[in-house]
Amino acid sequence: MRGGAKERVIAGVCLCCMLIKAETHPSTPLKRGIAQSPAFYVNGNNPLAYFSNNINLKNKILIMKILVCISQVPDTSTKIVLKNNNTSVNSDGVTYVINPYDEWYALIRAIELKESGIATEIHLITVGKADVEPVIRKALALGGDEAIRIDAESNDPYETAHYIAEYAAGVGYDLILCGKESIDYNNGTTGAMLAELLDLDYIGFATGISIEANAAVVNREIEGGEETDACNLPLVISCQKGVAEARIPNMRGIMAARTRPLKVITPSGIAAVTEILSYELPPAKAGIKLVSPDDMDELVELLHTEAKVI
Amino acid sequence: MNATEPMKAIKGGEFLIRETSAESVFIPEEWNEEQLMIAETCTNFLAQQVTPNLQRIDEQEEGLMRHLMDEAGALGLLGISVPEEYGGFGKDFKTAMLVTEKLGAGHSFSVAFSAHTGIGTLPILYYGNDAQKQKYVPKLASGEWKGAYCLTEPAAGSDANSGKTRAKLSADGKYYLITGQKMWITNAGFADVFTVFAKIDDDENLSAFIVEKDFEGLSLNTEEHKMGIKGSSTRQVFFNDCKVPVENLLSERQNGFKIAVNILNLGRIKLGGGTVGASKDVITSSVRYANEREQFGRAISKYGAIKYKLAEQAIRTYAAESAVYRASQNMEEATEMLIASGIDENKAKLKGTEQFAIEAAILKVHASEVLDYVTDEGVQIYGGMGYSAEAPMDRSYRDSRINRIFEGTNEINRLLTVDMMLKRAMKGELDLMGPAQKVAGELVSIPDFGAAEEEGLFTKEKKYIANFKKAILMVAGAAVQKLMMQLSKEQEVLMNLADMLIELYVSESLQLRVEKLVGLRGEEACKEQLDMMRVYINDAAEHIAKSGKEALNSFAEGDERRMMLMGLKRFTKTEDINTTQARRNVAAKLISENKYCF
Repeated sequence: MRGGAKERVIAGVCLCCMLIKAETHPSTPLKRGIAQSPAFYVNGNNPLAYFSNNINLKNKILIMKILVCISQVPDTSTKIVLKNNNTSVNSDGVTYVINPYDEWYALIRAIELKESGIATEIHLITVGKADVEPVIRKALALGGDEAIRIDAESNDPYETAHYIAEYAAGVGYDLILCGKESIDYNNGTTGAMLAELLDLDYIGFATGISIEANAAVVNREIEGGEETDACNLPLVISCQKGVAEARIPNMRGIMAARTRPLKVITPSGIAAVTEILSYELPPAKAGIKLVSPDDMDELVELLHTEAKVI
Repeated sequence: MNATEPMKAIKGGEFLIRETSAESVFIPEEWNEEQLMIAETCTNFLAQQVTPNLQRIDEQEEGLMRHLMDEAGALGLLGISVPEEYGGFGKDFKTAMLVTEKLGAGHSFSVAFSAHTGIGTLPILYYGNDAQKQKYVPKLASGEWKGAYCLTEPAAGSDANSGKTRAKLSADGKYYLITGQKMWITNAGFADVFTVFAKIDDDENLSAFIVEKDFEGLSLNTEEHKMGIKGSSTRQVFFNDCKVPVENLLSERQNGFKIAVNILNLGRIKLGGGTVGASKDVITSSVRYANEREQFGRAISKYGAIKYKLAEQAIRTYAAESAVYRASQNMEEATEMLIASGIDENKAKLKGTEQFAIEAAILKVHASEVLDYVTDEGVQIYGGMGYSAEAPMDRSYRDSRINRIFEGTNEINRLLTVDMMLKRAMKGELDLMGPAQKVAGELVSIPDFGAAEEEGLFTKEKKYIANFKKAILMVAGAAVQKLMMQLSKEQEVLMNLADMLIELYVSESLQLRVEKLVGLRGEEACKEQLDMMRVYINDAAEHIAKSGKEALNSFAEGDERRMMLMGLKRFTKTEDINTTQARRNVAAKLISENKYCF
């Protein structure tokens, strides 16, 4: 626990089935410094003004710039090894991949929108040190005109959202897509925080996205059914299964990835609002016992004596 | 060539008489980011499109293989090494080999892929004139058209130049009329373009023709029923006065056999790469099953008998892979040097490959036999399930077997290995005589006990490998001397010599790879690789000793035989190491990673 401040555990989430105990600093305001920062405004105007300039309603032509948020995660088959008294994850020998929700759904949908002539430009953004570049180039091999790497290490969704917002506000995007969560820390909050920091609308957990005139029509799964929302651009959408089909980078994309620009941005410093105190590996799974369907007596016996559920 | 010149690029076959530095070899741990991305695309393509459909592929579901080839074409995988001006991606030989390796785990699909991109495309790319290349290559590189290669005939297999298919000029001089029967033609069922070999009139040598499937007089037999690679289309192709426009003669008249041989050189080393890929896949399945399957209350991977198998599968595969990429790099460098000297790119590629035809034959034999070993042990690790058609080992076992037969049987390739080596020596291209005489001199001198040398991490292994070379030079030199012209008829001796050369080449490639890797990552990070190297070289010494002894006993006699057998013993002597522990270490890494991980 840090500095005697009042802290509480806010999450027990999983990094590839690992428990994380994290803390937050409740005194931190969510929109700390962002809305007030002149760096976030284009020519001193509210960012919204810039966003809407991109939509040429008069000619009904959408000149749409999409930002796709990409994060690097360990390959799903990674065996997680902890170090430093369970306070960090050993990255030795770990293979990293693009977070599947960012790749298969957000990025591919952006590419589809460009292929269908709705979007004109796709930018990819990631927060990480130089070692994440292979992953962002892999994303460029799938598609995307330009990549931006914010040169910072962050496991904290607020910090990540802050950096992305800082950059995005300076450029102006009509649509910002991200995965519903990253499969390592599973926070699932970056997209919403990003929208809040940019003062944009947000639709989470989309299962389908289409663009009509200057609005996004978004499908979402809800309890017992599906809802369809329409929302004017610009906005932030987090994506999950259904938004697009996975693709494999082709040779042309792989070769082009080298030549596409990858900008490195030094962010303004900001403290993370959460700190990971320790990790715990989940208990080993107990073995499965197979019982013959003809032997109900044994099943009942096992449920009673071993599983102790009846 | 000036013999006093310092370190020149190594030539084909020179591994027997020269030392290679670890820095000069390419090792797969050096793939760059782009190459790794290409490899991942191949792996994902197999995982998404091929592996889930293996049964449907094997049942030859109508249009499925063609569709998969279309998909591979859309990803650009059919044009990897085709120059950009012909719609390909102009990638180097190693990258093309990497793609072949990764797709090598695709069973029948990998056969269709290899046939299309190799023997289906390369004859036209390398030997076609501009018009032929412009017409056919872009379509083959994109996958719009599929390629096949018609060389083998019912009575002309290994003896390919003895084919009976004939071509004669039509009365109007506009066509060649081809008549004959070709057999075991891969991709025949869906190919659009065939490279067909036939003799014009009473020519002594074959000529090659580009034949489109719709040319009048071409017909196909039904699919062959095969032991394995059941999804690969294999048919007889009949030519009945098949009308081929004269402009479709490939290269020059009677140049066909040369085309066939040179294209096969490439096919052989590629087969080495493909079988390495298949081996890795079988090892991963084997490790996973061994970790899941419990007997006597424990996973079977915890038992020494299984650990031995897993380790040995990995050791042999890692060694074969080291040799495949070492030779690929050599071919690439030779090609680059030829291009730099002003030779046309395609000719340079062929010549560069031809220079390393000995290594290509070695790799074809070794890697296909490694895959057979790996799948055989895979079946064993799976036990009863290994024999069940519901588990993956059934298909792997059956599909593996063809690799020892096609692209020249392993027997033909063993003969070729020695034959090419001796021919180059006779032509003066390879100085075997000098080193062989030196070894003969060493036999009658007092052995060098060499205790003074300071010992480094690889000192012993380097010494063993230098001695393996002496053993081969001694046995080969004696065989040439004793048997002279008879040697070519003593096939058992040639097989022995080939086996010795194979073990030498693979041992040295493995040692060089591990040495380079330790230089890159440090000794601590390469413990298992060092263990693999020590086990492999330890066993190679025994294999070389056995083959050498068999050969010597067949032709040498009396004191001379005794002296050479003693020499052989000295040249194949290695210090005793605990191979059991070394294999356990290798197995432990595989078991903990739950996959092939080297």
